[in-house]
Amino acid sequence: MPAITRDEVANLARLARIALTDEELDHLAPQLEVILEAVARVGEVAAEDIPPTSHALPITNVVRPDEVRAGLSQQAALSGAPEAEDGRFRVPRILEEEA
Amino acid sequence: MTDSSTGDLVRRTAVDLAAMITKGEATAVEVAQAHLDRIDAVDGRIHAFLHVDHQGALAAAAAVDAKRSAGESLGTLAGVPLALKDVFTTAGIPTTAGSKILEGWRPPYDAALVERLRAADIVILGKTNCDEFAMGSSTENSAYGPTHNPWDETRIPGGSGGGSSAALAAHFAPLAIGTDTGGSIRQPAAVTGTVGVKPTYGGVSRYGLIACASSLDQGGPCARNVLDAALLHEVIAGHDPRDATSIDQAVPAVVEAARRREIGGMRIGVVREFAGEGYEPGVLASVRAAIDVLTELGADVVEVSCPSFTYALPAYYLILPSEVSSNLARFDAMRFGLRVGDDGTHSAEEVMAMTRGAGFGPEVKRRIILGTYALSSGYFDAYYGQAQKVRTLIARDFAAAFDQVDVLVSPTTPTTAFPLGERADDPLAMYLADLCTIPANLAGNAAMSLPVGLSDGLPVGLQVMAPVLADDRLYRVAGALEHALDDRRGHALLEKAPTL
Repeated sequence: MPAITRDEVANLARLARIALTDEELDHLAPQLEVILEAVARVGEVAAEDIPPTSHALPITNVVRPDEVRAGLSQQAALSGAPEAEDGRFRVPRILEEEA
Repeated sequence: MTDSSTGDLVRRTAVDLAAMITKGEATAVEVAQAHLDRIDAVDGRIHAFLHVDHQGALAAAAAVDAKRSAGESLGTLAGVPLALKDVFTTAGIPTTAGSKILEGWRPPYDAALVERLRAADIVILGKTNCDEFAMGSSTENSAYGPTHNPWDETRIPGGSGGGSSAALAAHFAPLAIGTDTGGSIRQPAAVTGTVGVKPTYGGVSRYGLIACASSLDQGGPCARNVLDAALLHEVIAGHDPRDATSIDQAVPAVVEAARRREIGGMRIGVVREFAGEGYEPGVLASVRAAIDVLTELGADVVEVSCPSFTYALPAYYLILPSEVSSNLARFDAMRFGLRVGDDGTHSAEEVMAMTRGAGFGPEVKRRIILGTYALSSGYFDAYYGQAQKVRTLIARDFAAAFDQVDVLVSPTTPTTAFPLGERADDPLAMYLADLCTIPANLAGNAAMSLPVGLSDGLPVGLQVMAPVLADDRLYRVAGALEHALDDRRGHALLEKAPTL
């Protein structure tokens, strides 16, 4: 299995939207290397003809009648918001603005 | 009340307390107050609770007393106090999942399990400590500091549900709730000399349970004895349409099974792969002695091989981080929880990354990044895809074993409680604590840990595993074994724990 480099870990952290410090990156890369080496043992199992299992129980597509019913009120839904404005979540700038 | 009678109330079983309240020998308020007083006096040393809800507990208890005064019939556990793992949402009561990213959050709704507890008039004392987002085997990954094992305060109480197991062992509550994704109910039970049950996957609703790995997470009952666990199991189990993986079938007759105390003719398989190198000799000796008792009680005990179980741990540490990396994407600093860096100079994406960097602890970051890697193109087939195939093989091993036997047994954990700090910076060593418990999560089976003895003065747990939807078999075996062991010992194992 390929080694995992510090740069790769930095890229994965960026994809996962986690800001890591240099110290964290130094620590994490060798740890992930050790863990990956251990979990790569799954590759020892001959399993070409074995179907994958994503879920323990054979339940698929559980549906309910499409009926209107009560949910959280607007006030309750916003109760944990870091910031709210005019009954909506206030979020930081999403699109790049031209200066 | 006098000190001595207060002390007595906190050592009683849930069954006893419920009977006393029903008969009027104690009020629910007296029972709640006795437990709250003990928590206030002793939890500074143990740190089982992240939040104690004095007011809510006493109000719930007073409501039980009022019902009784009005002549209304009470449920089987009405007025009995309970410690709730802090991964279930509680309306208006702080819910953190052991994470800084949820510090101060008060959810707008109750989890399905919490609704059931309240409907049964069980008194929720507070929220217990756990590894952050239930990721860990020691509670050392809690952002709020570790919990200490009441048997030896320098040792781990297990994890992730170490707060719940410690609350039971320290006599803060006779009942507790945990969640078990890879052993987070059973391993803490084993290392604290208490009983913990992972019901069949889908047996207890996950609605309002903060997700770790959705295909593995399962809430379940924790108690100091088998019958109390069965009564709690009956309260929390059952179909819930709000959880699409909830099983729409009758709850197995667990209480009846726990009371049966007879296992004549049951076929019990000992898992061959869970012994030998890496297992503490004292653990194996206690487990062997318990298996001998099962034979004496009339069970047919045979050795069973489950060869794929040795690949359960590596498969789990690919499947779990993959699901975690997806589930924890919801903590995005936009709708609830922590927000860092929103000073007008940072974009939403930067605020997300800064918040998650500041709000998540090292183990959560490690698993999210590991999962992101395992799911990335180029590695998917070798890691996640292959792990899912191993999952199939583990389910097949269980199916083949349950053709021969009614239940499987093994040690719950390879060792007793290890010292706090010993494995804190060695993730792989920490992961080994869940070696024996993970297969049941991957296959969805019911499984339990019950205390069977001591190794160097620390508790040892026996794991019992049953087929999907045969949770009652766990209680039948455990009820009979517990009764026989208590009888021979002359007292429950937990009586050996130091007085706090």
